[in-house]
Amino acid sequence: MPNPMKIRATVKDGVTEVKILMQHDMETGLRKEADGTLIPAWFITEVKAQYQGRTVMEAQFGQSVSKNPYLLFRFKGGAAGEKVSVSWVDNKGESRTDEATIAA
Amino acid sequence: MRTKQTYKALLLLALSASFAAVAAETAVTDSDRIEQYREMISDGNPAEFDEMRGEELWKKAAGPNKVSLEQCDLGKGAGVVKGAYAELPKFFKDTQQVQDLESRLLTCMTTLQGFTEDEIAAKPFASEKKASDISSLATYVVGQSKGIKMAVSTKHPKVKESYEIGKRIFNYRAGPYDFACSTCHATTGVRIRMQDLPNLSHNKKDAQTAYTTWPAYRVSQGLTRSFQWRLNDCFRQQRFPEPKFASEATVALTTFLAVSANGAEFAGPGLKR
Ligand code: HEC
Repeated sequence: MPNPMKIRATVKDGVTEVKILMQHDMETGLRKEADGTLIPAWFITEVKAQYQGRTVMEAQFGQSVSKNPYLLFRFKGGAAGEKVSVSWVDNKGESRTDEATIAA
Repeated sequence: MRTKQTYKALLLLALSASFAAVAAETAVTDSDRIEQYREMISDGNPAEFDEMRGEELWKKAAGPNKVSLEQCDLGKGAGVVKGAYAELPKFFKDTQQVQDLESRLLTCMTTLQGFTEDEIAAKPFASEKKASDISSLATYVVGQSKGIKMAVSTKHPKVKESYEIGKRIFNYRAGPYDFACSTCHATTGVRIRMQDLPNLSHNKKDAQTAYTTWPAYRVSQGLTRSFQWRLNDCFRQQRFPEPKFASEATVALTTFLAVSANGAEFAGPGLKR
């Protein structure tokens, strides 16, 4: 089971800012173990944020994104007390969804 | 609209991802870029995951005695975590020793939980393959002193002694290169390759900034590193033998460096290149 994300969402002047910190190894597939065996690629391929059933952000990730990626985005709308949910999927098909309550 | 938002998010991502592949530009130094990067993700420091892990471990019954660490006395009374790190190292009556956070955690894990010292000292630092419990615990405790002013007292003669020993170790030259800590850390404004070397003994601000930003998430390693690890790695750079985990010598050095940081607001866990 993948580890949880840290999500913080705050609304100001009608714009919600969402900060997401994900826990993922993000292996490029190019690194080798000390004995020469290749460490298989393992990375997040897609991140999606939803607000009231609507997708407000969609991103495609690849091997060049760092371990434990951090992502910040803003969307118009949102009010304190409402929820934003974020999901990611990786190239092994594992996924994780977490939710945050928007703060004022 | 949607594509615009996606674009914005990708741009930010690209910025943080390109950290390792900084192009050679003259106007902006690498230190500036690292500072920029640090600022950008300052509220997204992956060290928080280690803090979370540490907090769980603190509260979880473990060891042969199946108890949590919630009765551990870090110097402010049993179970008090808030602000404890800002006053460490300290003299502890029960052990009759000056202890830094990690050696104190070692005491609690052995006396309360029943682990053996060897068991814990065998895995004091996190590696890519495996987290270290004592290191995560330290990250958690340290985080509970964020924003609190460093106030390590040297009133107790044993702490004063530890400080003096630490200072001597700092200036003690030996090894194949005849290096001391002071060889690399007693001049302001110098660097090795791309790394700025803080002046830890004769520049209050450098000493404060360095001490108050450890433990830290090392981006280049993808790991949160403890202060004992930092010392260990500098002993290695000095081509000294690896010190024993939480030994008197490492605690003395920590006392010297912690006292030098007194008065500064604690800001860890930090973020390093
Ligand atoms: C050969 C030079 C060298 C010696 C000798 C050396 N260090 Fe370091 N030290 C470094 C370098 C280089 C860094 C920064 C590493 C980096 O940025 O990755 C550093 C970083 C540090 C830091 C963290 C500073 C910060 O702002 O994050 C501390 C604390 C420290 N050293 C303490 C010591 C102590 C104590 C000793 C003696 C046991 C010592 N060093 C000996 C090279 C040295």
